[in-house]
Amino acid sequence: MSPKSWPVAVAAVVAAVSFPLPTHAQAVTVSVACGSVGAEYDFCKTGAEAWGKKTGNQVRVVSVPKDSNEQLALYQQLLSQKSGEIDVLRIDIIWPGLLAPHLVDMGQAAPKGLAEQNFPAIVQANTVNGRLVALPQFTDAGLLYYRKDLLEKYHQQVPTTWQELTQAAKVVQDGERKAGNANLWGLVFEGRAYEGLTCNALEWIDSFGGGTIVDASGKVTVNNPKAAAALTLAASWLKAITPEGVLNYAEEEARGAFQSGNAVFMRNWPYAWALSQSADSPVKEKVGVTALPKGGPGGKNTGALGGWSWAVNAYSKNVKAAAELAAYLAGPEEQKRAAIEISVNPTMPALYKDQAILQKNPFIAELLPTFQSAVARPSRVTGTKYNQVSSAFWNAVHDTLTGKGTAEENLANLEKTLNRLGHNGKW
Amino acid sequence: MEAVEREPRPLRREVEEVEAPSRLTRQRRRSAYWMVLPMALVLAAVAGWPLARTIYFSFTDANLGNLESYQRVGLDNFRALGVDADWWNAVWNTVRFALLSVSIETVLGLVVALTLNAHLPGRGLLRAAVLIPWAIPTVVSAQMWNWMYNDLYGVLNHIFLGLGLIHAPLAWTANPSLALTAVVLVDVWKTTPFMTLLILAALQQVPLEIYEATRIDGVHPAKVFFRVTLPLIRAGLLVAIIFRTLDALRIFDLPFILTGNSKSAATMAVYARQQLIDFQDVGYGSAASTFLFLVVAIFSVVYITVGRVRFDGGGRST
Repeated sequence: MSPKSWPVAVAAVVAAVSFPLPTHAQAVTVSVACGSVGAEYDFCKTGAEAWGKKTGNQVRVVSVPKDSNEQLALYQQLLSQKSGEIDVLRIDIIWPGLLAPHLVDMGQAAPKGLAEQNFPAIVQANTVNGRLVALPQFTDAGLLYYRKDLLEKYHQQVPTTWQELTQAAKVVQDGERKAGNANLWGLVFEGRAYEGLTCNALEWIDSFGGGTIVDASGKVTVNNPKAAAALTLAASWLKAITPEGVLNYAEEEARGAFQSGNAVFMRNWPYAWALSQSADSPVKEKVGVTALPKGGPGGKNTGALGGWSWAVNAYSKNVKAAAELAAYLAGPEEQKRAAIEISVNPTMPALYKDQAILQKNPFIAELLPTFQSAVARPSRVTGTKYNQVSSAFWNAVHDTLTGKGTAEENLANLEKTLNRLGHNGKW
Repeated sequence: MEAVEREPRPLRREVEEVEAPSRLTRQRRRSAYWMVLPMALVLAAVAGWPLARTIYFSFTDANLGNLESYQRVGLDNFRALGVDADWWNAVWNTVRFALLSVSIETVLGLVVALTLNAHLPGRGLLRAAVLIPWAIPTVVSAQMWNWMYNDLYGVLNHIFLGLGLIHAPLAWTANPSLALTAVVLVDVWKTTPFMTLLILAALQQVPLEIYEATRIDGVHPAKVFFRVTLPLIRAGLLVAIIFRTLDALRIFDLPFILTGNSKSAATMAVYARQQLIDFQDVGYGSAASTFLFLVVAIFSVVYITVGRVRFDGGGRST
């Protein structure tokens, strides 16, 4: 047998999932990329299709990867090829700086007055060089979820510091394991080597007063004793109160562990609330939610600032219809529906007084101060290098959590890497 | 096989070499070229052009955000690659993955193929069943395994705990010392059928008379395997191993889905993709891709050369 007779390699074709609607005369087809964490895909699809029915256009819903950095990679690939494949994109609060050249100015394309209804800070975050590149959909911050029933059973208070949390988690975990609940763990969070770990670790460090990796002037500040103390505490959780598996958990895996009743505490985004209260949730009505703990008595409550916005692809063939859809999805009705159905925070101050929202998901208004004081990732100052900064940071944290080097060693190395990346603060 | 066919062959070869090609032969050669041409053009367009472009970009500082403006930077990217610890970690992961997975798959594939080659009732059904893991798209099976590997509700931990093999649930994909093993296991599960199929094809070319003769002579079955079966299927086995090694060296989907960009199991292809796409660094990512291409190309050349020397020297294959 000679190499000449080798068979041809198998080619795989990946088809994007699409949901065409019935045809209308004169209608255009607008494709929209919905998120896919938790219930947001179904929610977004319903919203987009409602707009389609109202306006007589067709909507094609495109599904995107779960990890936000994978979504960004997909968009960057499409946009750098000037592809109009996806008309309406949902973008993360840290992306406007990266994607702005490829996005339509929504300040002109959206109906007058819509942008002004939002919190000015969030509009500001979506503005690049005076152009509003996306309309806010919801805002996010990391929250602490806890099992009310288990804390009560073991006479534990809701922790206000990470140290208290560590102790309470240990007490409950030990007690429950003695009672035969072998799979119960104290704390789960997002520990996979991806953007989510950057958010988690930034929260630990900021709660200890350890800064924001790179400060507003561009100086690398991450190598400091407070940041090291925060990471050292986090590393001590592994295998003690946190399953080793978190090192590969993203949001949905963490929620899977918590919602199936296998964890006392969980760090996650607000969306996890609605799902934990759904009819088939084993922990329904046993869950409480509060601000993330402080890093000791001198620390502060914090949460990583997240949030998503609707943007229109500048290479779209149907910019007008796409802008209409984006404005609809970012509008007050959809924001209210989102706050009620999938428990995400509106970006409009007026909705924080809405009785329907307050009744269904009271924490949204109760934790307003947390959302307003949330800590932003250093995406603005590091610009197009942010991905590399974040990746270097999450790798250093991941190494610390797995026990490859101490927090001090890894932060010192990270500082060197970041200084090289950012040309000593000039970025 | 060789002993049976060897005699007429030198004759045929001499005839071909001595006589000048006839008009008919020349005509047939020409039309053969014409028939190959469309495929050659398609290959040049879908494989040659992207490859050339990647190699070209590896000498530039191109950025994915703007591919029109870039500068030539000579060998800078390759120099940076040479001192990048993460890159060498990825190379090392890839080599370990290729060695482990291909060896295990070869042994298992051989065992399964020998079993399927025996005249069992329902053999056809068994052969079809063995192919199922190979038929499932990798993305789907990797995600399936991800759930089975889950440390809290994964079925794998459940079974192993039940059997008393482990005392505490293992974090298969999260534990850095287990992650690569987890990836290898899925690859073995998925690709052993492919190995089996190629080896089975080779096994079926072994003439049954030889086995009859060994039976009459009363040769020990182990000796039959090592002295008769193995030498006769070596050609097929080698081709199967080449395929698997080349595939394994450029593995991307399994480690990416099971462990993401985590350094514990990132392969060369995962690393190159992260540089190219996540970091938009087309120049540096292309350098990594070019290096990967070189490794695969060198392996292929070495294998093919070795293969020719040993197996084409004795006679032409069909």
